[in-house]
Amino acid sequence: MLYSDLIFWLFGGLIPLGITAYMVARSKALSSENDGNRLHSLPGYYGWYAVIWLALPAMLSGLVFSVIHLLGLFSIPAPMLLATMFTIGGLCLLYGLRHIKVDFKARESVEKVTTGLLITSASISVLTTIGIVLSVVFESVHFFQVISFWDFITGTKWEPDTAFLIGAGRDTTGVAAPEFGAVPIFAGTFMITAIAMMVAVPVGLFSAIYMSEYASHSARAKLKPMLEILAGIPTVVYGFFAAITISPLIVKTAAIFGLEADYTNALAPGLIMGVMIIPFVSSLSDDVIKAVPQSLRDGSLALGTTKAETIRHIVLPAALPGIVSAFLLAMSRAIGETMIVVMAAGLRPNLTANPLEGITTVTVKIVEALTGDQEFDSAFTQSAFALGFVLLLITLMLNIISTIVVRKFKQRYE
Amino acid sequence: MDQMDQMDQMDQMDQMDQMDQMDIQGSARKRKRERADKRFKFYGLAALSFALAFLVFFFVDIIGKGLPAFQQAEIQVTVHYNEATMNNYNKAVDKKYKRLVSKTWLRLVPNQMRDNPELMGTTRVEWVLAENRVDQFIKGHEGHRLKSKHQTLVEQMHEEGKIKLTFNTGFFTKGDSKLPENAGILASAIGSMLVLLLTMLFAVPIGVMTAIYLEEFAPDNRLTQIIEVNINNLAAIPSILYGLLGLAIFINFMGVPRSSALVGGLTLALMTLPVIIIATRAALRAVPDSIREAAYGLGASNLQTVWHHVLPLAMPGILTGSIIGLAQAMGETAPLLIVGMMAYIPEAPGSILEATTVLPAQIYTWSGESLRAFEERTAAGIMVLLAVLLSLNAAAVKLRNRSENTW
Repeated sequence: MLYSDLIFWLFGGLIPLGITAYMVARSKALSSENDGNRLHSLPGYYGWYAVIWLALPAMLSGLVFSVIHLLGLFSIPAPMLLATMFTIGGLCLLYGLRHIKVDFKARESVEKVTTGLLITSASISVLTTIGIVLSVVFESVHFFQVISFWDFITGTKWEPDTAFLIGAGRDTTGVAAPEFGAVPIFAGTFMITAIAMMVAVPVGLFSAIYMSEYASHSARAKLKPMLEILAGIPTVVYGFFAAITISPLIVKTAAIFGLEADYTNALAPGLIMGVMIIPFVSSLSDDVIKAVPQSLRDGSLALGTTKAETIRHIVLPAALPGIVSAFLLAMSRAIGETMIVVMAAGLRPNLTANPLEGITTVTVKIVEALTGDQEFDSAFTQSAFALGFVLLLITLMLNIISTIVVRKFKQRYE
Repeated sequence: MDQMDQMDQMDQMDQMDQMDQMDIQGSARKRKRERADKRFKFYGLAALSFALAFLVFFFVDIIGKGLPAFQQAEIQVTVHYNEATMNNYNKAVDKKYKRLVSKTWLRLVPNQMRDNPELMGTTRVEWVLAENRVDQFIKGHEGHRLKSKHQTLVEQMHEEGKIKLTFNTGFFTKGDSKLPENAGILASAIGSMLVLLLTMLFAVPIGVMTAIYLEEFAPDNRLTQIIEVNINNLAAIPSILYGLLGLAIFINFMGVPRSSALVGGLTLALMTLPVIIIATRAALRAVPDSIREAAYGLGASNLQTVWHHVLPLAMPGILTGSIIGLAQAMGETAPLLIVGMMAYIPEAPGSILEATTVLPAQIYTWSGESLRAFEERTAAGIMVLLAVLLSLNAAAVKLRNRSENTW
């Protein structure tokens, strides 16, 4: 029996046992009722009280044993562990059943436990953040012990090919030292992001303006979901489209103008990514434009401005913080986007300003480092976590700035 | 009276003429402003048209590429079931047809004979799966790579009706294969369902409970604020970082098997959690306080109020949010690549601990294959995935529209 089968057996056993415990406790509570003395809570609560006494200790003991097992202190065979858990659960159930009397406040106890359960769930999201930060930082620290942080963020050469030799503990004399200069990789990410923003910002913003200021209510109700289809298309599909359809199109178009373009050019993934984030820009901008008070528009129109002038000089400046935060969120989406660039951009780090040349990005390098057959402990795989660490910092920063900006906007009009 | 009126009118017209004279520059400016006004509106329309035109172009392109994959060429050949075939499957058909039939079928002929001994010694005319180059040639695709010496034979057979295109059932009933004519989406579709089921089991209860706590129970203190900011940040973290978390915590620390549906489901569950929490909170907030106050007035406890009154009313909103979150998880690829779900897996998984692949990962691996026949299968896989996702989203939107009218 495997450890992972344990969960299956645990739940398989707990469900019938739980039903029995519920029935027993409920009938015990009901039989304790006599004339004059009615139960404090509804009978079902006594049943649930018993179920909690059975399941919670069993699962907690299982959790404790698995933590001990994970930390490598000691482990006991799975069937024995299962038996221990059920014994603990059963003993606790017997103890809990003794509480059931006619004046016992079962509902209050059950509600206390349920609230505890709710708090535990809420803390899982915090644990997820801690998990992401820890997993990224932990491996990054190993990486930065070998490669200096300064070299990483200022180096312009990314040549990790010999890193696996060090990882495998092989002789490295006479072999060029691996270089992990991340500048060309980040330059690639920023170039593709810039191209994406050049598409998404004008198209998204003008779509939002048209939908909120010009379109009729019914047209808007049709247009908005259609734009949101763009955000619902999986990124792997966009990647295929960029690589198979758009890239060759760009190469052919460039050839007409006498330019030479790579099939892994930055333009194709950039353009497609731009289209993908149009709905992010347009929905958020649409919301904030709608939130600008009508009195501002009326005041401006009454002074004799045209509709376009009102939008340009009154509505947009008022909605600016919200629009900026929409841009920032779209940007963080573009920076972290993976599949489009993995499929349509190149693998070779290239420090260039020409969008027709092949370039690579942070996310491509993370995928490349972690999907090969490399040893996990080599500097090459650890570099993925270091890149992830920087990626996390950038996106968090963008998100925090945009949250602050939005809060300012809300304070102004609410 | 009439005269007076006329005089007045003429006076007015004179005045207006004078003003026009004075404002001749002004009216030019007005026209300019009006043109700018129209131009501005046009920009908006152009932007929207661009987005919608892209959508049309995109769907036409994908469907144009993927549609042929739903048909598959079959070829009529004489099959010899004899001793020689038993020893060497290449002998099953005449030599000139050997390269035209699919190797997957050819290889299985001896097995078929073993299973059905009555075949031994017979010669039958059968329709069998054609090789992918024949398939591509018949469909008239460029880059079919069929050798010129075979081309005339195939053309001749096609005219005689010995090669035909039939509906490609294999695409839906087979798993992955290195031979495009034998590759299907069944294994990855089952994998996707398994992963999605696990994601739902983890993410929906935890997400809904978190939202209930934050919206209905949490005191307004520092801890609650931290949790709230944290959830908003989680929603904006790139999905690939969830893959790094899955690799470092679930696989390396907790020992969950790599590439398994379990690790994929756990990773996607964490990714989907913020979406479900945010949607559920919005749904709970939309339930008017009068409902809660009525429940309290009848003596219900906090939890009873939420469980019996608020939650049922918020259900459509919660379902909408959950469907949208799960649809997003179903199309997600990047974190799954990191936890190893892109391996070549031809069989559907038997348990949540076995190596599994999912539909988007299958699309990714096929798109990397060089054979032209894989390209149309990739596009066909995309069509299936998009059909599922778009109907999920449409269902969510419909649910939302129906529930919006309640209050």
